[in-house]
Amino acid sequence: MDAVRLRRGLVTFSFLAPALLGIGVFFVYPLLSAIYFSFTKFDLLSVPQWVGLDNYRRMADDPFLLQAVRNTLWMVVVFVPVRILGAIGLSMLLVQFKRGAGVFRTIYYLPALVPPVAATIAFVYLLKPGTGPVNHVLEMLGIDGPLWFNSPAWAKPSLVLLGLWAVGDLMIIFLAAVLGVPESLYEAASLDGANAWHKFRSITLPSIQPVILFATVTGVIYTLQYFDQAAVAGSIASGQATVGAGISQSFGYPEGSTFTFPLWLYTVGFRYSALGYANALAIALFVVALAVTVILLRRAKAFSGEES
Amino acid sequence: MTLALDRPVTATLERRRIRLAWIARHSIAIALAIMFITPVAYLVLLSLMTSDQALTSDYWPNTWHPENYLKVFQATPLPHYLLNTVIYAGTATILTLASSVPAAYALAKLKFRGRNALFLVVICVMMLPPQVVTVPLYLMWARYGLTGSLAPLIIPALFGDAFCIFLLRQFLLTIPGELLDAARVDGCGEWRTLLRVVLPMARPGIAAAGLFQFFYCWNDYYGPLLYTSENENSWTLSLGLASFRTVHHVDWNLVTAATVLAMAPLIIIFFFAQRAFVQGITLTGFKG
Repeated sequence: MDAVRLRRGLVTFSFLAPALLGIGVFFVYPLLSAIYFSFTKFDLLSVPQWVGLDNYRRMADDPFLLQAVRNTLWMVVVFVPVRILGAIGLSMLLVQFKRGAGVFRTIYYLPALVPPVAATIAFVYLLKPGTGPVNHVLEMLGIDGPLWFNSPAWAKPSLVLLGLWAVGDLMIIFLAAVLGVPESLYEAASLDGANAWHKFRSITLPSIQPVILFATVTGVIYTLQYFDQAAVAGSIASGQATVGAGISQSFGYPEGSTFTFPLWLYTVGFRYSALGYANALAIALFVVALAVTVILLRRAKAFSGEES
Repeated sequence: MTLALDRPVTATLERRRIRLAWIARHSIAIALAIMFITPVAYLVLLSLMTSDQALTSDYWPNTWHPENYLKVFQATPLPHYLLNTVIYAGTATILTLASSVPAAYALAKLKFRGRNALFLVVICVMMLPPQVVTVPLYLMWARYGLTGSLAPLIIPALFGDAFCIFLLRQFLLTIPGELLDAARVDGCGEWRTLLRVVLPMARPGIAAAGLFQFFYCWNDYYGPLLYTSENENSWTLSLGLASFRTVHHVDWNLVTAATVLAMAPLIIIFFFAQRAFVQGITLTGFKG
């Protein structure tokens, strides 16, 4: 009997081996080294030296970190809810269509397929002060358009616009949730004389509550690693498109307004080669991401297929 | 209680209300559709202008220059970037599926101690911002002299991908256990059951997971920036686009042509694989 059990265990293990190895090599090991490195000081050419809590103390008075955290917080507070509201709005609109929803659904979803780098270039160009068509149209309406990606006050809202344009992936999730609400509930409410807003408030919203929570958490995690669009927008808008070590020169353009936490982490690690400090920043990021994930697992059953 | 006379009147009013709602709904939907399409259309139009006109605020080409697309292929390293992107996205997708399907099957259908704990770990890995482990991983690849190549982007695919495992597990949960039991009674081993019974049934799920992975790699900017920027020979499209410049100035018509070329394959793939893709998304509800 034991031989049979051993054999079954080995078979199960054979299914899991590559993934277990992957989790070990690409998750557990780098995480443990990051924790160790965060207490050291070193660069690409030197051996790590133990410096205790120095890196964490350094965080307390790092003006760049403060700016990066502020920008990332702004993104969490504005970017995440705006995208969720947009996705709910679009899904509520699509639900109204019996036929023809397919065409609109596809069109609204398409921007989510556009590579972020390409989409960012397109938006910088569409919103270019002076020559961009958006400001051109605003001008025709008698409105003096903002400088968008070239203005410290408008650069982050421009990124929000970009995120709203590519909201299709989130929209599909909400659409599935909204379609899953039983029709009978709406019919019963209609008999009670409820209007559209009442129905939305008292039936739709409670039904999609778990999805809203899920979208909030994944949205926050996404914002914590928001790198591509911010990096490319700064680089293209400032007119110095360079990559590698060079791209970080235009990070945060204009005036640090698009300087998010991951950009600072990249700069510290790969431009200044302050690898110890970069790891301390990474651990701080990990703690926040983990806290958000734990909240999700506590609150939502969205993940469990048959958890038991 | 209404008078008989009122009835046609209310019916007409009701009909009119429905028609107005229909018009409002369609107007809003069409206006939004135009807004969603405009940026892509604008890029296409720009890519067909002369480089001088592309610097103005025109959005309609005075003269049409489809040859810009040829120029992009001849005068820039774009074909090379394209090849690297295909290699990266193609191999990474195939390897990820090969290593993730068995793991997802074990998590969904096999009983073993620590299954739930392992699933929680997979979710944690999925939620981890890649920046957290960037420095140790970079140092690891540098130690083996593999930075500046596509290897650090492709090799991890041999060992499964958390998001892919998660997605496939959710899909495999929907396959009835009786079918698997029947195969086992017929004397199939677990591997044979997976290959003969589960794989054919799980095709839509595998297609969706594969598409997600392919799109992710195709669009990936952070990974190639980190590992390949020191060596232009292994740059991918996303890196090439972001650093597009000719010797003196930026030819926006060529940049946009390259951008359109980078987008086109994904849109074509989506068009043909739409059903599997949307099914995969609605099933699990997660953004890549």
